[in-house]
Amino acid sequence: MSVPGSWYLILAAVLFSLGIIGVLVRRNVIVMFMCIEMMLNAVNLTFVTFSRMLGDVAGQVMVFFVLVVAAAEVVVGLGIIVSIFRRRLGATADDLHILKG
Amino acid sequence: MEHLLAAIATGPAITFPTISYKAIGPEIILVVGALVVMLTTSLFPSTRGTRTPSVLAALTALLAFADSATMWANFAEHGAYRAIASSITIDGFAVFLLVTISATTFMGTLLGSAYLSEGRFGTGEFQGLLLLSATGAMLLASAGDLIVIFLGLEILSIALYVLAGFEKRSTASGEAALKYFVLGGFSSALFLYGIALTYGATGSTNIAKIAGFLASNTITANGVLLAGMALLIVGLAFKVAAVPFHLWTPDVYQGSPSASVGYMAAAAKAAGFAGLLRILVSAFPTLRLDWQPIIWALAALTLVVGAVLAVVQNDLKRMLAYSSINHAGFVLLGVEAATARGTSASIYYLLAYAFMVVATFAIVNSFEDRETGRVPLEKLRGLASRNPGIAFFLAILLVAQAGAPLTTGLVAKFAVVSAAVSAHSYVLAVIAMLSAVIATFFYLRVVAVAYARGPRRRSLVSQPQMAMAATGTVAAEGEAAVASASLMEKISLPVEAQIVVAIGVAGTVIFGIFPNYILHMADLAKVLL
Repeated sequence: MSVPGSWYLILAAVLFSLGIIGVLVRRNVIVMFMCIEMMLNAVNLTFVTFSRMLGDVAGQVMVFFVLVVAAAEVVVGLGIIVSIFRRRLGATADDLHILKG
Repeated sequence: MEHLLAAIATGPAITFPTISYKAIGPEIILVVGALVVMLTTSLFPSTRGTRTPSVLAALTALLAFADSATMWANFAEHGAYRAIASSITIDGFAVFLLVTISATTFMGTLLGSAYLSEGRFGTGEFQGLLLLSATGAMLLASAGDLIVIFLGLEILSIALYVLAGFEKRSTASGEAALKYFVLGGFSSALFLYGIALTYGATGSTNIAKIAGFLASNTITANGVLLAGMALLIVGLAFKVAAVPFHLWTPDVYQGSPSASVGYMAAAAKAAGFAGLLRILVSAFPTLRLDWQPIIWALAALTLVVGAVLAVVQNDLKRMLAYSSINHAGFVLLGVEAATARGTSASIYYLLAYAFMVVATFAIVNSFEDRETGRVPLEKLRGLASRNPGIAFFLAILLVAQAGAPLTTGLVAKFAVVSAAVSAHSYVLAVIAMLSAVIATFFYLRVVAVAYARGPRRRSLVSQPQMAMAATGTVAAEGEAAVASASLMEKISLPVEAQIVVAIGVAGTVIFGIFPNYILHMADLAKVLL
């Protein structure tokens, strides 16, 4: 059985777009954060697909780099979120409105 | 079994790329320095809250500067080269930016020390993170592969998210860190998707290979490639705060501590533009007709929006944020020219801006309200009568940013505009000059406030009232007067901040009067194609 590579690419594009929409539309910081992770994983799928289509390993190596960076981002991101919301009830972006002008 | 052994014995040898440690010397120095700084504070708790970590960090930055300067001498003698399987490019462009970034880092560690000297926690962490983020900026400057650009971008940004939220007890600082983090992560994801699409279209992430592929092949249906290139531009446009991707900038500048902002404004901008120029000039020179209009539009919007919105700000830090957006527009002018001259002008501008902005924030640092991060313009009223020295240096730095003669501000603006004119971008050059006029207005407005007559203070708080305040039998009226007097009292800069201001003003004025040496360096700093 074989699946055309373009299907994977289209799936990745759809996932990436859903991630973008999620970041722009959702107001819960944790969900926005998860949407960014989804965008990164859509990119990973794209890398692996292109890697198989081109018969080149570099794309799959790139995925490891992305995974490591995403993990580092999670650590810092959750750290920031925890330090802000330790004294609050919910994690809603609309509550953050001190900075404007 | 024997077959297996034979296969193991006679199998092909695995070749590794040669690692040239010389090519990543400044990065290694900074990483080792960051580890030393952080280990010192954790192994010797008595150094916490003292100047020791800051001194170590500043020495590390100086060492990295010396190494970058040596690389410049080597480059001038032996020319450019690629290293570590072509993932690092050491050309004039890279080394010029390495020098810029290490100088910025040195000033940043001093400014950090001024901020931390108020008896703050986490001295080692601040300085360690600052050195690590500088490593990322340097990787971006000398990258030869899109993977290295991505890694550099993330190393730079992740450390900066923490630095933006360093004022732990302040809600504003936390909010700034979160906003920077969400938009930074978002733009990194866009950038990464750009890399993936470019990889799919060209079959490589190596910049030299991409350029070689595009030069020898004509892609008939290049939708994937163009989408990839557009996403790469958008991802970096977020980092350098180009309109319409600038929305995080004012909030992050206002909420974060000035010490972080001063370093971030200079280093993140230099690194972001390094990545942008490297990608556009070195990887996509054949697609110039496709990316030039995008950069044109970004530059025009950035110049106009940055200047116009800066005029209506009443907070000095927000105004400086919009001014940094305006400066990004000027650098984009050199990018849009797409010539060697434009590239030189852009990196010269980044160097000049780095000196001006770190020194400006070294002054702003002393006026900042740590809780809200605000610096209302009114707080500067009458500064010249209270602190003539500070007011004078602030005025020099601001008029230099406006592009006054005898400063690097004018030389830099002249360089980018003349590069745009020689590339026949006349309309953009006119827009740039008009925005410079608007920008002059808001810089001079701050200077005018600082040199305006201050509010009356001596007459309000007369001697008897002071005495009453001391004995605690003070009327409400007297209390208010004392409060306003304490707001208007003399402010003294910490000694580290004085050094930063001295370096910044000296660099701005000396190289503004004698610009030839650095301009000549910038001319030599070509991108290796």
